[in-house]
Amino acid sequence: MKPSKPYRVFRTSALVVVVFALMAPLLWMIAASFKTNVDIYDTAKAFVFSPSLKNYETVLQQANYLQFIGNSLWVAFAATALSLLLGVPAAYSMSRFSMKKSALVVLMARVIPGVSLLVPWYYVFSNLKLVGGFSVLILSHMFVSLPLIVYIMMGYFDGLPTELEEAALVDGLTHIGAFRRITLPLSVPGVATAGILSFIFSWNNFMFALVLSGSDTKTLPVAIFDFVGYASIDWGGLMAAATVVTLPIMLIALFVQKYVVSGLTAGATKG
Amino acid sequence: MSAVITPRTDTPEAPAAVQEDSAWSRWTNEHRKWLFAAPAMLFVAVLIIFPVAWTGYLSLTDAEGSVRAESEFIGIQNYLDVLTDTDRFWPAVWRTVLFTGVVLFFEVILGMAIALLLWRPFRGEKWVRVAILLPLVATPVAVGMMWRLIFDPNIGMANQLLGWIGIGPQPWLAGQHSALPTTMFIDIWQWTPMVVLILLAGLTSLSDEPQEAARIDGASSWQRFRHVTLPLLMPTVIVAILLRGIDALKTFDILYATKGRGGGSFHEVETLNVYAYGLSFDYNDYGVSSTVLIIFFLIIIGVMWALTYRKKGLGR
Repeated sequence: MKPSKPYRVFRTSALVVVVFALMAPLLWMIAASFKTNVDIYDTAKAFVFSPSLKNYETVLQQANYLQFIGNSLWVAFAATALSLLLGVPAAYSMSRFSMKKSALVVLMARVIPGVSLLVPWYYVFSNLKLVGGFSVLILSHMFVSLPLIVYIMMGYFDGLPTELEEAALVDGLTHIGAFRRITLPLSVPGVATAGILSFIFSWNNFMFALVLSGSDTKTLPVAIFDFVGYASIDWGGLMAAATVVTLPIMLIALFVQKYVVSGLTAGATKG
Repeated sequence: MSAVITPRTDTPEAPAAVQEDSAWSRWTNEHRKWLFAAPAMLFVAVLIIFPVAWTGYLSLTDAEGSVRAESEFIGIQNYLDVLTDTDRFWPAVWRTVLFTGVVLFFEVILGMAIALLLWRPFRGEKWVRVAILLPLVATPVAVGMMWRLIFDPNIGMANQLLGWIGIGPQPWLAGQHSALPTTMFIDIWQWTPMVVLILLAGLTSLSDEPQEAARIDGASSWQRFRHVTLPLLMPTVIVAILLRGIDALKTFDILYATKGRGGGSFHEVETLNVYAYGLSFDYNDYGVSSTVLIIFFLIIIGVMWALTYRKKGLGR
């Protein structure tokens, strides 16, 4: 049934308000990143200003952001790849053998507050002289990625029919062979979903990197604080830095929107 | 990544099956359940069980200063100190509960409203979905910085907008009493879309028949929502509350980005997570911080248990 006209008018206006409320702050941030600090302080130039790339010059050249972009990319890629390596077979086993309690062990990592792990990690890793290096950073980000991947992939494997695997067994493949040759190729969409979500969460992670990264291994969310001084804030630089941190991940998410949404809502409707 | 998902193509299919029929292959196939599951479980267990046990131990000591400094076992003294601390601890508990309660309330109500608006297909749906996705994938620290500029008392857009409709400037994040509500607003802005997506997935999976039946029986649209859609959607609503609740209790990024260490100079946004972080890494007071963390952890487990219990009750 088609909705009535008054409802459609109401719906359209309500959605315009929603879209505006969600988009305007982001557009404001991007606009401010192209303003000089003089223009940011001049409220008369809120909407009309001459765009400048000076802030981006500061961020990319003086503030060394190219290195931090590289750090963030490397940590997110490594954490995602390693978590997929551990998480996908685990999720398969947990789904096929209904290992609910084992799954709960992995999912605990999602629930526990990060701070409660950081003190002991910091203690151990600083004694091993690993704090400030990439290995610990990647390890800590895997802690975010792995439960996410297991959670998404368990849901995916639950929905994958077992008949094809059984047929492969009849044809002489072993169980592991059937997993590798039949199930995995069929799971590419699920693995893509899990990998993308893991990448986004690792890229956005702040607390672990705040404690465990060094000045050379800083990731972008930590580096953003370079623009916040005790006395004053370089607003233009800060907004350009914020844009550099968050715009790439938003563009990636838009590009693979379908996967992101299915990952974020995984398991929500099973009841 | 590709190493995981690409099937092997270097050996032809038929001989491969024969090749795999060795003792090693038989053993791995028999034990595949744990071969597959154990590495991930071990990884998480080692990184959790040891730290939690260590935190539990530290909470019974007077550890502070360097992580290598000697510490003494002082029993439950920290717990007595923390639980009678009305200066920092209880206000932090109250802020955590208030923050979580308020943001959950608004996120679920607004999320439900927006999900219902998006439920039936319409033109321009694609654009609305883009707008919904963006805040949710944005980096929380960057989002905090973005709102910091908008809510700046002197140059921010928020006070300018208020000025246009004749309301005087507000202190927002800078005010002792307005900082916490402002951070709640930021959280609601960023995470309502999450609730929308979850509820929308739930709504889309509902069958149309109960709706139609209620319509034929003459139920108004509010009655259909209240007595048909909402009860059917309730399990999904609980999932949304559970997922958002866990994260809201642990909120850290936007609080740290907007107010810095200690939740501001008057600790105005200092929740349990921010308090424990400050004790650990700003003051190196590991004994007390571990005590706070153990209590925090018990609160989270309690909330989780209560909600999953309620969810099971509804599922029947």
